[in-house]
Amino acid sequence: MQEKRITIFSGHYGSGKTNIAVNYALRLREKHEKVAIADIDIVNPYFRTKDSEELLRLHGVRLICSSYANSNVDIPALPAEMYAITDDKSLYGVLDVGGDERGALALGRLAPAIREENNYEMVFVLNKFRPLTRDLDSALTVMKEIEWASGLSFTALINNSNLGAETTEHDVRGSVAFAKEVADAAEIPFWYTTVHESLSSCFAGEEACYRPILLQKRM
Amino acid sequence: MSEKVLMKGNEAIAEAAILAGYRHYFGYPITPQTEIAAYMAKRMPKIGGTFLQAESEVAAINMVYGVSATGKRVMTSSSSPGISLKGEGLSYLAGADLPALVVNVQRGGPGLGGIQPSQSDYFQATKGGAHGDFHMLVLAPASVQEMAELTVKGFALADKYRMTSMILADGTMGQMMEPVSLDFETEQAPEKPWAVTGTKLQRKHNIVNSLFLKPEELERTNFERYERYKYIEENEVMYEEYMMEDAEICIAAFGIAARVSKNAINEARAKGIKVGMIRPITLWPFPTKQFAKAAETVKQFISVELSMGQMIEDVRLAVNGKAPVTLCNRAGGMIPSPEQVLAAIEDAAKKGGN
Repeated sequence: MQEKRITIFSGHYGSGKTNIAVNYALRLREKHEKVAIADIDIVNPYFRTKDSEELLRLHGVRLICSSYANSNVDIPALPAEMYAITDDKSLYGVLDVGGDERGALALGRLAPAIREENNYEMVFVLNKFRPLTRDLDSALTVMKEIEWASGLSFTALINNSNLGAETTEHDVRGSVAFAKEVADAAEIPFWYTTVHESLSSCFAGEEACYRPILLQKRM
Repeated sequence: MSEKVLMKGNEAIAEAAILAGYRHYFGYPITPQTEIAAYMAKRMPKIGGTFLQAESEVAAINMVYGVSATGKRVMTSSSSPGISLKGEGLSYLAGADLPALVVNVQRGGPGLGGIQPSQSDYFQATKGGAHGDFHMLVLAPASVQEMAELTVKGFALADKYRMTSMILADGTMGQMMEPVSLDFETEQAPEKPWAVTGTKLQRKHNIVNSLFLKPEELERTNFERYERYKYIEENEVMYEEYMMEDAEICIAAFGIAARVSKNAINEARAKGIKVGMIRPITLWPFPTKQFAKAAETVKQFISVELSMGQMIEDVRLAVNGKAPVTLCNRAGGMIPSPEQVLAAIEDAAKKGGN
């Protein structure tokens, strides 16, 4: 797969966007020299890309995030440096967007430049076990609300359905049909299903469809 | 709804409240509980309910007072500084014997403090919460599942005793995500013959009020209320015992501190130390009898808290000098680590707790 220059991860609050974005940035870095990930979450003061600061630094991925992330300063701040993602055409950029349409508002600021360059993917991260994206209608509603708020349209879907530490192989396999149904209804390609590292042995040989991901540390 | 869902503690409270028949949300945003308001804002319009972001915490608690007077199930949620603002309203609810559910997802203090988890509103919650002689029922969840279940329980208790039930959670409990089953029994609200619903000229009008012109009458309401509190202390205590059968060291901890302590206890048990835990689920009424009974055999108590030591006073009162009670704590938004708790257990064991 030829990666687009900018890849945006958005979705329902708590769907696992940040985790997927960090994993995606690390994979990008295996192929490309200049990779940057920007955290433009203006909703949630916790569980930020900054949690993976050390991991990203070790792998040479540039982290762009508000200096207030993970601090007691609870204000919706954006880093000025985020414009590097759209301005510096020599890098591969990953955008980690805040949850729901409220979080996607911040993306609207970058949307004109992203549309103009037209070299991007916007990925909807879906977890069917989250309470407000459990059926087709509500998942599509969340997608539409994000598209309206951001001024960008989704181009792909990743299935990150999980129940945290209690996730079983059955849960993961059972979620694929729903994810495909959502992708089909939204008329966008279904990329793959993510599998947390603890379960990856159950999916040996199926990595194209079930991609193992690292879980970032939480507080 | 038999399948589990992955929820944040705050979302679990909100969804459980809806299951308990709650249809009016009044609140004012504050981290780390804002997801409750955000969830209600999304859900209420879809189920014919009302979401209203009030202009302040003071306004929100007085809206709660008004809706409760009409007999509807009602709640509000906030975090530490916001609960202080609601204080006056909490006292008025008590004075008028109105049921309500109030959620406090605590953060570090005092003052504006910080947004990291804390348990330093224990005194405020369990010793009344504002001016005047009164108590609230205080429920302390230690998992996302309990956030949901105790919300439902809180509504039922509030209606039963015409009091405020407070969910005393903390930033970790509010923010953490765990699988939840929402497949549990919810009781419908009981008849409320005292509610202000219009007499239809068929009965004497009801009055909801906390102002008394005669001190004798005000005194009588206080004595009656404390009879009710006595009954609650006898009948509504909830707690969990963990590995207490042969314990010589007993940890007292609630909420997130109890989860950390469980890990430390498992490690200490692997080293042969006889340690267990009493986890109060109701902080008021406090499991005084359970601690007093444990004090007959336990040699040392350790109170593990995210505060400068507040619950420890209730543990000491219950233990009544029969054994030393020490504190293992962090404050200001910091959480004790399992290693810190384990060190406290090992220290107690060395001093002869084992």
